[in-house]
Amino acid sequence: METIKPIQSESAAATTWFRAARVSDFPPNGGACVRYRNLQIAVFNFTRRNEWYACQNQCPHKMQMVLSRGLIGSQEGEPKVACPFHKKTFSLRSGQCLNAEEDRIAVFPVKVEDGFVYIGVPE
Amino acid sequence: MRRIIVVGNGMVGYRFCEKLRSSAARSEFEIIVYGEEPRPAYDRVHLSDYFRGITADNLLMAPRSWYEENNIELHTGELVIEIDRNQKIIHTHNGRTDRYDVLVLATGSAAFVPSMEGTERHGVFVYRTIEDLHHIEAYSKKVSRGAVMGGGLLGLEAAKALVDLGLETHVVEFAPRLMPRQVDDAGADILKMKLQQLGLHIHTGKNTQAIEGNGKLEGLIFSDGSRLAVDMLVISAGIRPRDELARACGLRVAARGGVVVDDYMRTDDASIFAIGECASHNNMVYGLVAPGYEMAEVVVRQLNGDMSRSFRGFDMSTKLKLIGIDVASFGDPFAETPGSVPIAFRDTRKGIYKRINISEDGKHLIGGILVGDASAYNLLHQMVINRMPLPENPETLIGIGGAPEKKGSGIGDLPDTAQICSCENVTKADIVGQVTEHGATKIEDIKKATRACTGCAGCAPLVNDLIKLTLESLGHTVKKSLCEHFDYTRQELYDIVRVTGARTFDDLLDSHGKGDGCEICKPAVASILASAWNEPVPEHATIQDTNDRFLANIQRGGTYSVVPRIPGGEITPAKLIAIGRIAKKYNLYTKITGGQRIDMFGARVDQLPDIWEELIAEGFESGHAYGKALRTIKSCVGSTWCRYGVQDSVSFAIFIENRYKGLRAPHKIKGAVSGCIRECAEAQSKDFGIIATEKGWNLYVCGNGGARPQHARLLVADVDTETCIKLIDRFLMYYIRTADPLTRTATWLNKMEGGLDYLRDVIVNDSLGLGETLEKEMQELIDNYECEWKRVVESPHLRAQYRHFVNSEETDDTLQFVEMRGQKCPVDWDKNT
Ligand code: SRM
Ligand SMILES: Cc1cc2nc3c(=O)[nH]c(=O)nc-3n(C[C@H](O)[C@H](O)[C@H](O)COP(=O)(O)OP(=O)(O)OC[C@H]3O[C@@H](n4cnc5c(N)ncnc54)[C@H](O)[C@@H]3O)c2cc1C
Ligand code: SF4
Ligand code: FES
Repeated sequence: METIKPIQSESAAATTWFRAARVSDFPPNGGACVRYRNLQIAVFNFTRRNEWYACQNQCPHKMQMVLSRGLIGSQEGEPKVACPFHKKTFSLRSGQCLNAEEDRIAVFPVKVEDGFVYIGVPE
Repeated sequence: MRRIIVVGNGMVGYRFCEKLRSSAARSEFEIIVYGEEPRPAYDRVHLSDYFRGITADNLLMAPRSWYEENNIELHTGELVIEIDRNQKIIHTHNGRTDRYDVLVLATGSAAFVPSMEGTERHGVFVYRTIEDLHHIEAYSKKVSRGAVMGGGLLGLEAAKALVDLGLETHVVEFAPRLMPRQVDDAGADILKMKLQQLGLHIHTGKNTQAIEGNGKLEGLIFSDGSRLAVDMLVISAGIRPRDELARACGLRVAARGGVVVDDYMRTDDASIFAIGECASHNNMVYGLVAPGYEMAEVVVRQLNGDMSRSFRGFDMSTKLKLIGIDVASFGDPFAETPGSVPIAFRDTRKGIYKRINISEDGKHLIGGILVGDASAYNLLHQMVINRMPLPENPETLIGIGGAPEKKGSGIGDLPDTAQICSCENVTKADIVGQVTEHGATKIEDIKKATRACTGCAGCAPLVNDLIKLTLESLGHTVKKSLCEHFDYTRQELYDIVRVTGARTFDDLLDSHGKGDGCEICKPAVASILASAWNEPVPEHATIQDTNDRFLANIQRGGTYSVVPRIPGGEITPAKLIAIGRIAKKYNLYTKITGGQRIDMFGARVDQLPDIWEELIAEGFESGHAYGKALRTIKSCVGSTWCRYGVQDSVSFAIFIENRYKGLRAPHKIKGAVSGCIRECAEAQSKDFGIIATEKGWNLYVCGNGGARPQHARLLVADVDTETCIKLIDRFLMYYIRTADPLTRTATWLNKMEGGLDYLRDVIVNDSLGLGETLEKEMQELIDNYECEWKRVVESPHLRAQYRHFVNSEETDDTLQFVEMRGQKCPVDWDKNT
């Protein structure tokens, strides 16, 4: 499986909307992992904010494929995910690491239509 | 540019470089450092942490790259052997020569080894460098008995290290008492008694004459003719300043050793300074780091043209660290000041001795000694160095004749110039200023801004109190809030949940919080909800930490472990076979755990429900190895089989484990039941431990192993089975209600005002009238128990969450394993990260 290169957080770079799964496949206020080609993408159903986020599933700290299993929350309003291994937290908007000096993670735009979740992926 | 050569790269030499490079004159000097040791300067004060798993790298004052970044030329492993003062040149043992304009001697000191027969034998060590510790550790593995020569501060620290290395440990002191320079006879008696309780053998008034042996050391011979058979010896008989270079080039050295310096750290050569433990000021060599730092400061200022600061001697107050017994001595501990009056308090049963010395006019504290309880040290010490006025009844300061002053009070009265952190010379005004001017609210803020608490950290309690006091004076209410989303403590939230009946995280966040929650408050609230209602954890999956979310412990690589409950460690052959069969089928690594059960590692998340389905069919239940919950009740075989057993410990352990299984708490809880006083189940290292007696059971509480082991304390003795259970109910429920998140019972007790006596009052004497409520609440939790894995296995909506991909049936293909001793094991962390 290839590793994901961080991309711009804005949807500018996204060209393809890929249909990931049904809304009901994602637990409220939690995440699940989606496969796209041979990439693993973590998708979060942030019910409390009525928002969706997507980012690479791999944590840049120890290269573990686990971010989708992390707890989500906010830090001064910024939505974030905490890696289950060592609790490094990453902004779900910018991909920036918020509590350590880890590489930024790739984030992807998400939209919901007709009960399906779509992820904007680079061509 | 002028060339400064620093000889010696120890704590003080390093500090000198650092101060010079951050001073105004930073770019006017080239700095060249020669250090004899193989690595850059490290934190010698915390040397003993090496035996607690801290690596040599972690002890470094700064990594090698720091020297490069700061343009400091560092030569390690290079000994300066000669100073040519006429030509201003030094020579090193590698044959290098180097020219200086200014020379700073920071050569520290070496352990003093008294001249006696046998010091050259194998097995004789000193305690000064990382290499010394390497050698001690290696040698200790081959032997079983060790002695430390010297019962002073450092000697006792070394003795603790030998104990930690598992040796039978003896301390041999020449003086008639331990720590002769810091404590008096009465204090030393108590100290000795406490050390003996820790298992140390103390020999005072013993003059060692020779070290016996044939090649390697075999024992010590004393002048009174007696002998002590030991296999290794650590000599800690004082320090000897490293003044050999200075002596050889004709600089003046003091009669008792040390390069003679004036108030500006100048030697009798205008281009040469001496700082740290190698310097002798007013015939005094300071064996502590703080005076050395002050000397470095004085020299750096001079090099910046500032002569306003000189060295005027230093307070030698000290607190013994590490050994687990409070000992402190400050100011003039022995009341040698004419006319002074000592007041002392002594409780031999509890092992407490406190002494304060009052000035002749009764107005000031001039010094004192604390043994067994040094909690008042910071405050008393401050009173001495700041000459603060004494309260009307000074004896209350040490708890005589009325309540001791409340903790924290008193610092408000300190003058602004009071030095709070002596390692870094940070004053009260500096700290208060950080709070009032720069918005500091936490100790971390103060550390960053002022470096207070970054040295020996002894001032941390004072700094915390000061922050709190200052914040309060600014009108802030200081609360221990959980995180930015909840302005409440765990205990308050627990009460809120019980009172409002909140059943979900969102309910509670809406009514009492703000924002969206985070990785701190979500698991804490999950634990409260579980403790309050024993709600099924899987229904709150997304507020659980990963282990509770997937009801399994996540491992390196992202697979999980499976631990079925095996109450009391008793298991039938049929169940053993079942575990073997299932582990084999799913290719899981198996291991007997330290908790008397079996752990199966390496399951993919999607396999967990299938594995549990099979385990449940064989009669197993969840072992809650993943939860902040009851773990195991260890048992020993007891009266059923053992010839010594006085009660049936296995049956009792199984009963207890089944009673409390699934119980959620602020942290994990463990128990054990031993069938007799021999204590094979290690009950005294558990959150609650039960030991059988002829008459019933002794109940111990608040022990744990882990990183900071602590023995459990006896709550009640000789109670019958029913009472024992009732008291455990109350104890656990009281803990669940009142402890902070992630606080084990031992820490909870340590923080409890009134300590064990108070806890006993609440639990055994029912002083708060809570007993019945606690029992009732516990019964509710017990009645609500269900095996959460059974729920998952039987509920399709929960089972559906155990897929790696929601849009594909494929499994995670990034998992990688290697083989080890016939089983699988995950590949190591990526080496590049
Ligand atoms: C498997 C086991 C080691 C073994 O191979 O024997 C183990 C393994 C882990 N221990 Fe332990 N501990 C195990 C017995 C112990 C013991 C010994 C005992 O229970 O008698 C201790 C010391 C006693 C104590 O707890 O007081 C122990 C003290 C810890 C600690 C330190 C707790 C503390 O208060 O300092 C942690 C860290 C924590 O809980 O925060 C820990 C945490 C862990 C974790 C859960 C770390 C983690 O989050 O991944 C380990 C993963 C287990 C897994 O994947 O299944 N483990 N751990 C033992 C499982 C026992 C069981 O059957 O449930
Ligand atoms: C186990 C232990 C615990 C301690 N605990 C405390 C404590 O709790 N509180 C406290 O205040 N102090 C404590 N100390 C004392 C403290 O470590 C010293 O006061 C401090 O390290 C002194 O610093 P220094 O730079 O003067 O000397 P050192 O740290 O000894 O450094 C001197 C360095 O110079 C090198 N050197 C010597 N001669 C030469 C030469 N000719 N050429 C090149 N290099 C040379 C030496 O090898 C050494 O590396 C403790 C010491 C020990 C050993
Ligand atoms: S001591 Fe416990 S937590 Fe540490 S590595 Fe061993 S099993 Fe893991
Ligand atoms: S692997 Fe994610 S924080 Fe360490």
